[in-house]
Amino acid sequence: MAPDIGTFDTFPKLLLHHARVRPSRPAIREKDLGIWQTHTWHEFAEEVRALACGLAGAGFRRGEHFALVSDNRPRLYAMMYAVQCLGGIPVPLYQDAVATEMAFPIQNAEIRYAFAEDQEQVDKLLEIMPQCPTLKRIVYDDSRGLRHYRQQELLSYEGMLAKGREALARDPAFLESEIAKGHGSDTAAMLFTSGTTATPKGVALTHHALIDRAKVAAELENLGDADVVLAYLPPAWVGQFIFSLAQPLVTGYCICCPEAPDTVMMDMREIGPTYYFAPPRVLEALLTQVSIRMEDASRLKRWLYRRFMAVAHRAGGAILDGRPVSLADRFFYFFGDLFIYGPLRNVLGMSRVRVAYTAGEAIGPDLFKFYRSIGINLKQLYGSTETSVFVCIQLDGQVKSDTAGPPVPGVELKFTPERELLIRSPGLFKEYYKNPQATSEAKDAEGWFHTGDAGYFDPDGHLKIIDRVKDVGKLADGTLFAPKYLENKLKFFPYIKEAVCFGDGRGTVCAFINMDQDAVSNWAEKRNMPYSGYTDLASRDEVYDLVRDCIERVNRDLAAEPEIAGSQITRFLILHKELDADDGELTRTRKVRRRFIGERFDSLVDALYAGKDAVHVEAQVKYEDGRSGTFSADLKIRDAKTFAPAAAKKAA
Amino acid sequence: MSERPAPGEVVLSVEGVSLSFGGVKALQDVSFDVRSREVRAIIGPNGAGKSSMLNVLNGVYHPQKGKIRFKQKEFADMDSHEAAALGIARTFQNIALFKGMTVLDNIMTGRNLKMRCNIFQQALWIGPAKREELEHRRAVEEIIDFLEIQHIRRTPVGRLPYGLQKRVELGRALAAEPELLLLDEPMAGMNLEEKQDMCRFVLDVNDHFGTTLVLIEHDMGVVMDISDRVVVLDYGRKIADGMPEEIKGNQKVIDAYLGVAH
Repeated sequence: MAPDIGTFDTFPKLLLHHARVRPSRPAIREKDLGIWQTHTWHEFAEEVRALACGLAGAGFRRGEHFALVSDNRPRLYAMMYAVQCLGGIPVPLYQDAVATEMAFPIQNAEIRYAFAEDQEQVDKLLEIMPQCPTLKRIVYDDSRGLRHYRQQELLSYEGMLAKGREALARDPAFLESEIAKGHGSDTAAMLFTSGTTATPKGVALTHHALIDRAKVAAELENLGDADVVLAYLPPAWVGQFIFSLAQPLVTGYCICCPEAPDTVMMDMREIGPTYYFAPPRVLEALLTQVSIRMEDASRLKRWLYRRFMAVAHRAGGAILDGRPVSLADRFFYFFGDLFIYGPLRNVLGMSRVRVAYTAGEAIGPDLFKFYRSIGINLKQLYGSTETSVFVCIQLDGQVKSDTAGPPVPGVELKFTPERELLIRSPGLFKEYYKNPQATSEAKDAEGWFHTGDAGYFDPDGHLKIIDRVKDVGKLADGTLFAPKYLENKLKFFPYIKEAVCFGDGRGTVCAFINMDQDAVSNWAEKRNMPYSGYTDLASRDEVYDLVRDCIERVNRDLAAEPEIAGSQITRFLILHKELDADDGELTRTRKVRRRFIGERFDSLVDALYAGKDAVHVEAQVKYEDGRSGTFSADLKIRDAKTFAPAAAKKAA
Repeated sequence: MSERPAPGEVVLSVEGVSLSFGGVKALQDVSFDVRSREVRAIIGPNGAGKSSMLNVLNGVYHPQKGKIRFKQKEFADMDSHEAAALGIARTFQNIALFKGMTVLDNIMTGRNLKMRCNIFQQALWIGPAKREELEHRRAVEEIIDFLEIQHIRRTPVGRLPYGLQKRVELGRALAAEPELLLLDEPMAGMNLEEKQDMCRFVLDVNDHFGTTLVLIEHDMGVVMDISDRVVVLDYGRKIADGMPEEIKGNQKVIDAYLGVAH
């Protein structure tokens, strides 16, 4: 039974609604000291109510912003709801951000109160206190290592909760009236965009927008209170916010917090989520792990795996979609399911997955098909922070590997002549915080949101996105150059972790390759190839040959697509270091910042185009402990074979 | 657990200890003390007698001369199981874990002395044995949480990298809830990151559990950073004893490490 979102128009109202109608159902679980601890809706709501009173007692005011830096923990979510109870606006920040990156949001929103998970996060907040004069209270959860801290800004979660319980017992009416003051049109949360291009912008989303979108999508997928979700992605990311705050509130399902970031795989197997979200990079990492382990398996197992994966490739997707499949294939698939696909799903922790989404980046078609072929209902969706995620979702039975599906109910889409996608939806953001100029640029007078994504509708009315409008370029001879399209094709190979393609305004396309250390080192081990470390391995001729082979296979694929056959990759080099968000080369969501990389390694780009065989590189590196040092190496550059366009040969 | 001495009080004193193996004089008339809740380092060049000293402290070796006083009780020599029962635990220079057992089981073995039920009760897993095991499991889980090794809880120790094995060994020693913890080269053979982690855990143990620590270590940077007081041994004799800054400037110590023209 879904709650009436007209009456229960804010998160806190919905929370109390669930505490009434399903008090003893699980709301949130956390693995602590090796055991899954369950909080029921009733218990959880009681904690939130007490916490809200404690927060009010500490001087938190309506309309104020509240920063949260924590991994997924029940207390993080309790804190967010408590803030919302008082009409405040939670601002979750990326927990792996370095201190300086956290300063901007806190200054921008003049934040006075913050929640920190542990000593590490407290230290970061204390470090930026001088730049953030407004910050005056830090509530911390885990007290380990904080015993000797004497800063008066620090306040323990338990302390606040205990005070709140007393206050709640004294005056229960206060909180009721505070919650009743909230309206659907109030801002429910502010999420900072990862900032692929510029300084982050705070996206203000209203209760109504989030709840409306969450509900529409939940109805589309028939989600109910029996569903289970694993909350393992950063809470500062809009998807996690939707899946672990908004959607549980419209459906009453249970979210589970893993024990530690390293235990996610194991925890997922124990919990068996029914509703799952994973960005392509996570799915890719999982598949890489499976492939590596299969390579180590016995000959018989490898043979069985290859044979049955071929069956799955042929028939699996069609069976999932309910399309006709030959009787023989059905028969083989049945056995495959019994002996290969079923156990594989179990290892991946996906045995119970009913609906799985992927989004955030284009997913390699083979990667996508792999999961569908073993019987996991993986679907793509399209959305962003500004749209409360859900814009397009693929429908069951109508899934294609290269589209994002039709728009969900309530959403209107159209394209500009430059192919830019415009969106109008009840889920659109209210504004960019304190940035009316950016707001008016992104959202025009008629309420259309300009996404900056280039794409079109395919004949079935499904949305297809090719790249960012500003990144789609042309080679010197006018050939269409969509760098991300090429990079995605390269990244599907297990040996390539990241790729960066250059070519806009130039004669040919050249690429930087980042090898995947796990896969390549495993490959090297099998060949008894000694190496001393990442840089050494990356400079081996054998590895270059391996990568060249991948590139040439991409080139062959490209040759079959007339429009972009001219953008085949002619030269490449393998980078001496892994691209890293700490060095600013990737965004926090691990998207390649192509322009930044092009500028940072401009000497390498020049060498690629100057036709040299090798280039000397000297670079500043930041170590994980914050120190920096210099580093130098000689990188080889190699040519890759290109293929004549096989015009219209594979057009069918 | 028995009452703990106040911080700063002497918990362990070694008085005139000499130990020899045939003609080899491993320790000659060594005296020093350890105060409650301090981090006490024993350093010295190879063969100086550091590990022998540690072995005397937990009753593996029996000195020919001298006394050891632990918590007001005096021992001419003690056996290792007595030492363990008194609250002295240690880790080893060469990892001494059960390679085929999981991390969880290895740490559980550290609870051995705390187990009260007999083997039959445990085998049948009835009433008190079950309750007791749950209690011990909880204590072990707290250590796993403390050392941040949740992800390898079920992994056989033999499959773990060296740095993590060292951490598991520390976990097993902690499981005995020791008052005095002896660490024999806890950071030997580690890379910088592993060393930093280990230093943090050692200091956290000292701070969080109030454990008194005696450690042998070769990395001078580590020793000077984390220890409160340092004893220096050379050829079985104590040549210096004091705060890290004093030791750094001590001519005898410098000579012992760098060698001196005779």
